[in-house]
Amino acid sequence: MDQTITKTADTASDTAIALPRQQRFTGLRRFAGNRLAVVGAAIIFFLILIAIFAPLLATNDPIFDQDYSNLLSGPDAVHWMGTDDLGRDIFSRMLYGARISLQAAMIAVGLAFCTGVPIGIASGYFRGFWDEWIVMRVVDALQAFPPLILALALAAALGGGFYNAMVAVGIGFAPAFIRLARGQAMSIRNLDYVMAARSVGVGHMRIMWRYVLPNAMAPLVIQATFAMGSAIIAEAGLSYLGLGAKPEDPSWGSMLHIAQGYLNTNPTLALWPGVAIFAVVLGFNLLGDGIREVFDPKLYR
Amino acid sequence: MSPLLKRILLVIPTLLLVSMGIFSLLAILPGDPVTAILGLEATPEAALALRAQLGLDDPLYLQYAHWLWGVLHGDLGRSFIDRTPVMDVLMQRLPVTIELAVGSFAVGILIAVPAGIMAAVRPRGIANYVSTLVALFGMSVPHFWLGMMFIILFAVKLGWLPASGYVPFTEDWRGNLAAMCMPMLATGLRESAILMRMVRSSLLEVLNEDYIRTAFSKGLKDWQVVIGHALRNALIPVVTASGLMVSVLLGGLVITESIFGIPGMGKMIVDAIFQRDYVMVQGGVLAAALMVVIVNLVVDVLYTIIDPRIEK
Repeated sequence: MDQTITKTADTASDTAIALPRQQRFTGLRRFAGNRLAVVGAAIIFFLILIAIFAPLLATNDPIFDQDYSNLLSGPDAVHWMGTDDLGRDIFSRMLYGARISLQAAMIAVGLAFCTGVPIGIASGYFRGFWDEWIVMRVVDALQAFPPLILALALAAALGGGFYNAMVAVGIGFAPAFIRLARGQAMSIRNLDYVMAARSVGVGHMRIMWRYVLPNAMAPLVIQATFAMGSAIIAEAGLSYLGLGAKPEDPSWGSMLHIAQGYLNTNPTLALWPGVAIFAVVLGFNLLGDGIREVFDPKLYR
Repeated sequence: MSPLLKRILLVIPTLLLVSMGIFSLLAILPGDPVTAILGLEATPEAALALRAQLGLDDPLYLQYAHWLWGVLHGDLGRSFIDRTPVMDVLMQRLPVTIELAVGSFAVGILIAVPAGIMAAVRPRGIANYVSTLVALFGMSVPHFWLGMMFIILFAVKLGWLPASGYVPFTEDWRGNLAAMCMPMLATGLRESAILMRMVRSSLLEVLNEDYIRTAFSKGLKDWQVVIGHALRNALIPVVTASGLMVSVLLGGLVITESIFGIPGMGKMIVDAIFQRDYVMVQGGVLAAALMVVIVNLVVDVLYTIIDPRIEK
């Protein structure tokens, strides 16, 4: 494939030094040349900063500071985005919401990636009975369930709550990673360098780890980036239904859950959380598009 | 074995695994059907008798076989709450969800195909940039939030459409469409974004093929080439992908139905979870999975018919 991938594959430092100056950081340069991708990266960077520094930036505690004299107030000097039905400061809740969204994305995608990729790689590398009759059939069965409905049912089975909900979403996402990793491994296992490694007696585990995985990584990373956005929407959706974060938790989805009751009287309540979800998911989608262009020069013309 | 036959036969293990998964879902779900039916004050003797009657003392594989036998005969059990057969409720709820799904998908196609064509035909034109941006917007916006914004705009501010209040199509089709058009639009916009990107990239690829150059060199007009020659081939991958999208669509409708108070299957599942009516949850999840499997099978079979190149 292209240079950027093989560079990370092995002896990264040697090849990087050996390359002429113009060819170094081509991937990074291509990424920087894509304005939308940079915007996406900036949004995500900003989200991470907010998530880290939420306690410093917030003007109030997101759960316990309840201003009973100021219920459902509009934006003013004290409460920059107004207050909700219990007089909690919406601005502070929005900041803490960044934490929950980021956690949701990392738990769900992390779980799907860390279980799906090894299974997919091994399955595609070895082929045979296990691949055809166990792994693929289970993947088929899992993909018969709409991910969100699977997450709902599993969240109910596991007993609800934020972490269980995100584990459920992660299980729903895993089959996509298995399929993708398997497809990659199936094409890479027949390449000359894998044959060469086999012929000098490198073990299967080592081949998968050192040769197959690094070369299969690019599409998996792209998939993971897009999945982050989907996970954030899934978290918001489940919390909106009341099956994710608890209603008092400052999750953007829970805030929409509260807002649903006030669409007639306080429509702005529904505005901020939605805009935030939209911006963050847009960020991940732009980032994913950008990474795809870096790894796939065919698309980039 | 021909790929088509293999594809059809492979549905059997998939469905078996799906049924096992759904059966074990009920087995691990918290709550005991006996207490659910008799209430907490039941005498231990009555509870034991009912356990035996419901077959809950049997080994798990026997219970599964029993349950599967029932499912194959259209018996999905009875609601823990009011003892209505789950099948009856499903038959009421399913058409609503199907109407919503078909409507959303129609919205998606109606926007995606023209927009995708415009974007592909003039890659450097303004249409490409606008539709690319709109597609990015559509893919990133949570559809349930879009639904809420629609309620605020069209129901609260403008008063054009009802925010909720579903009426069956057979009773009052105008009222039905009025209640359904916001949810269809909210869900369909997301579909259209994904579909439009697919139509665009698939058409771009086809437009590079030799036979298209031939068509142009015959002196055909742009639109004749696109509609008559390119589009048919370009839509094949889109059709397969839209089969996969059914699953995302059904999941999305769960939330849409809850926002707009539409009594479909999704709302049934959510309500049942909150009422701990797990037989109902089981039935709903089973119906959803069946729909996904069937739609994808039909799409794959159609695919081999539309495109004879597949089966060599």
